[in-house]
Amino acid sequence: MSLDPAYLHYPRRAHGYDHDLYAWSALHQRPPLAWPRGSVAVWVCVSLEFFPILPADKPFRAPGHMQTAYPDFRHFTARDYGNRVGAWRFLDALAGVGATASFATNAAVAERNPELLAAVAAAGHEVIAHSTDMNGTIDSSLPIDAERALISEARDRLAACGITPDGWLSIARSQSFHTPDLLRQAGYRYCCDWVNDELPWRFANGLINLPLNHELSDRQIIAVQQQSADSWAQSLEDAFDWLAAEAATTGASRMLPIHVTPYIMGLPYRIAAFEHLLARLAARPECWFASGAQIVDQFTAQEAR
Amino acid sequence: MIEGAADPGLYDPAPARRRFTWPGGKTVAVWVAPNLEYYEIDPPPHPRRKAWARPHPDVVGFSHRDHSNRVSHWRMADVMSRHGFPGSVSLSVALCQHHPEVVADAAARGWEFFSHGIYNTRYAYDMAEEQERAIIEDSIATVRAATGQTIRGWLAPALTHTPRTLDLIAEYGLSYTCDLYHDDQVLPVNTRSGRLVSIPYSLEVNDHYGFFVYNMSGRDYAETLVRQFERLAQEPGSVMCIPLHAYLIGQPHRIGPFEQALKSIAADGRAWIATASQIVDAWHEVQA
Repeated sequence: MSLDPAYLHYPRRAHGYDHDLYAWSALHQRPPLAWPRGSVAVWVCVSLEFFPILPADKPFRAPGHMQTAYPDFRHFTARDYGNRVGAWRFLDALAGVGATASFATNAAVAERNPELLAAVAAAGHEVIAHSTDMNGTIDSSLPIDAERALISEARDRLAACGITPDGWLSIARSQSFHTPDLLRQAGYRYCCDWVNDELPWRFANGLINLPLNHELSDRQIIAVQQQSADSWAQSLEDAFDWLAAEAATTGASRMLPIHVTPYIMGLPYRIAAFEHLLARLAARPECWFASGAQIVDQFTAQEAR
Repeated sequence: MIEGAADPGLYDPAPARRRFTWPGGKTVAVWVAPNLEYYEIDPPPHPRRKAWARPHPDVVGFSHRDHSNRVSHWRMADVMSRHGFPGSVSLSVALCQHHPEVVADAAARGWEFFSHGIYNTRYAYDMAEEQERAIIEDSIATVRAATGQTIRGWLAPALTHTPRTLDLIAEYGLSYTCDLYHDDQVLPVNTRSGRLVSIPYSLEVNDHYGFFVYNMSGRDYAETLVRQFERLAQEPGSVMCIPLHAYLIGQPHRIGPFEQALKSIAADGRAWIATASQIVDAWHEVQA
């Protein structure tokens, strides 16, 4: 038995990455960032998702999508609950502590729930583009023309609702090798898909990545790992404590991304854990609640110095 | 191993079990095994195993692991250094080329290196003998060039083996394997030649199992480590390994509870905190 000899050839075995998308950089060696106030930017990012009752599976089925034979009333309605009820609880919770946040929004939610998006705008929150709907997934099996058309369609449909986002979040953070270039060409300033860092960084093409830690999301801790809402909140507070201490020791500011989903954390029995977490963070002098765009603005301004 | 046999004959099924204490009269040897890895973004396919769950690039899979080499290695290593735990590194040796900065940091802390293959995205299943020899020779030469150390141990890349893996690493003079999970003590392994022992590594208290098999919180995992230690400290001559991946244990919500666990193990007084080679050498001395 033997493997193809090519399996023991390593053509990209050299300093840096085995790709050219971005350069290596160690966080602790970079010039320190400073926020307008506090030392830990707390970035709440809410996903507003519309799951068509007909999953397309091209190229893949999004996490949280339909699970039963058609018609899956159970999951269609339980997901839509988030846009009708849960998201409003998030708006109230954020208002309660005066926090500015980001809402990663499917174009279909902007179209179906205009009153929700009006409330998001009225509160001064940011909208991040989040594809067309939860069928709008991307990976390398999607032809480049179809990917370009999907990104354009999402942008155009949000624009028709009066929304011109700065940032992009892919469904399941899934990209192809072309996605950073296509996002740049579509006019986006940043994406949130690569979870390799805890501060913003730039791709080789100039696009910024604002890392939205998937491990801290309600989807990962509650839906995947089956922990309680209280355990999720405890983990987030542990993370904040660590980052605040690290910022104090190093003199370099840190960021805590809190990625939440209305149909998960916006449920009646879970929302209090979210509210208590926000209240506890708001009471900390190190905390600066900021939208993704506000954090990216700080990064860009300080990068230029 | 005996190919085709129900019991592959890796070791004596009923060894004479000795209870003894480690240097300083300690009951349990504790070693920490950080996996310093490089995962390729677009590796060639292996006929027996997919490298990534998603089509390449698997952005979350790749970038999650990349977190180790940009952020969390130093966070994890600082915590270990603060409480007096050296690392015995399970190394994707190509990390010496891709990110020598990470390898240099570990070397500067006085850590030991053993091989975890070339990349964690290249699997040993189905390799011909000369191919498997090539990755062993590559490992020895690469680590020697990067750190001056001669590797003494092996944890197969992504835990992929052939029937001759243990014979070959023994023939090349390696002292220990981390691939066998049958005991809490160092014990001899049957090989064609050489003198190989198995040192307890661990799947069960590996951070990957803690967080992605058992779905623990950071606090649950820290408590698991303390309970593992409490029991093994009552059984003289045992070994406790804490296998880590910085991209998991070094996340900001997990590292605080982990630091508390290390602190409590270090303060307990029953632990001999050592490297893998020190444990293997001390075990041989007890046998002599």
